[in-house]
Amino acid sequence: MIVGLLWLLGCQLAGTAIVELTGLPLPGPVVGMLLLFVVLVLRRRDGEDDPVIQVGDYFLSHLQLFFIPAGVGVIAYLAFIRDAALPIVVALLGSWLLGLVTVGWVLGLFLRRVPAVAGTEGAPGEEIE
Amino acid sequence: MSVVLWLFATVAAYEFGRWLRKRTHSPLAQPVAVGIVIVAALLALSGTTYADYADATTLISFLLGPATVALAIPLYHQVARLKGMVIPVLVALTAGAVVSMVSGILLVRWLGGSDVLERTMATKSVTAPVTIALTERLGGYAELSACFAIVVGILGAMVAPRLLTLFGIRDPRARGIAVGAVSHGIGTARMLEESRVEGAFSGLAMGLTAVVTCLLVPLVASFLL
Repeated sequence: MIVGLLWLLGCQLAGTAIVELTGLPLPGPVVGMLLLFVVLVLRRRDGEDDPVIQVGDYFLSHLQLFFIPAGVGVIAYLAFIRDAALPIVVALLGSWLLGLVTVGWVLGLFLRRVPAVAGTEGAPGEEIE
Repeated sequence: MSVVLWLFATVAAYEFGRWLRKRTHSPLAQPVAVGIVIVAALLALSGTTYADYADATTLISFLLGPATVALAIPLYHQVARLKGMVIPVLVALTAGAVVSMVSGILLVRWLGGSDVLERTMATKSVTAPVTIALTERLGGYAELSACFAIVVGILGAMVAPRLLTLFGIRDPRARGIAVGAVSHGIGTARMLEESRVEGAFSGLAMGLTAVVTCLLVPLVASFLL
């Protein structure tokens, strides 16, 4: 448990340090995520009992809890939302739909040439709430 | 005492949201959405300011960082699925991220929204912890962007599978990736119910989109904001 937490915090720390030192325009935790990915690939050790994977999967299964405090901040913007209701609703729905269809269509065009079974074997997806 | 009180209230509201989702199986009953509504009501009833609440719950917000790092784990588990289609997937996700950000910004501008709303709207397709970090950087309202992310997540869980079928997108890999690209974790949970292939690709797309969007944000911002 603690070892897994140390890995997560260590990657976040390293990611944040890299961002501060190099001025990379990325959030520190995202660089930390890339670092952890590299660590996982290099270790090639992925049992269910691995501490990083245990702690990480647990954190991810409750990801929604961690952004309740940020989400509650919406109460400070209720007047702002009311005043800009039209652009908010249209831009939110419109750009979401355009993004969805773009990814689906672009990928659909390419995947016609990839065997239909590629990538469909293997372990089920991780549960992310 | 107020620190423990608000920590307790937040975790309890979240747990109630989980219970509600289990009971109703409704995509609307997302624990985060239920939690926000309950906590916001409690703040209003008790006359507590958001600043005091945010101070009391920094312990919970802090965990967004390690949880973002942990997104590497599903990526690591599922990355082997991309064999033979790395380039198509990256092209599609890049196109999707650009379209999503640019159309979000331009629709706000076209409808007379403010500059700060454009900055808040830009990255809402990415998983909430990353949206919050990116929006802070862009100078938008981070808390509002988290709510936008939750809304498009729920939208994805409610209508994305039907919309994809309507638009003739039937390949399960394309469906999963499309939903993960625009509706992150909440959409991914929904796609896991459709099939495990769709769920796995959705989780993969969610992680990759976070990275792709982070890289594209400075570029889009320099052209449009």
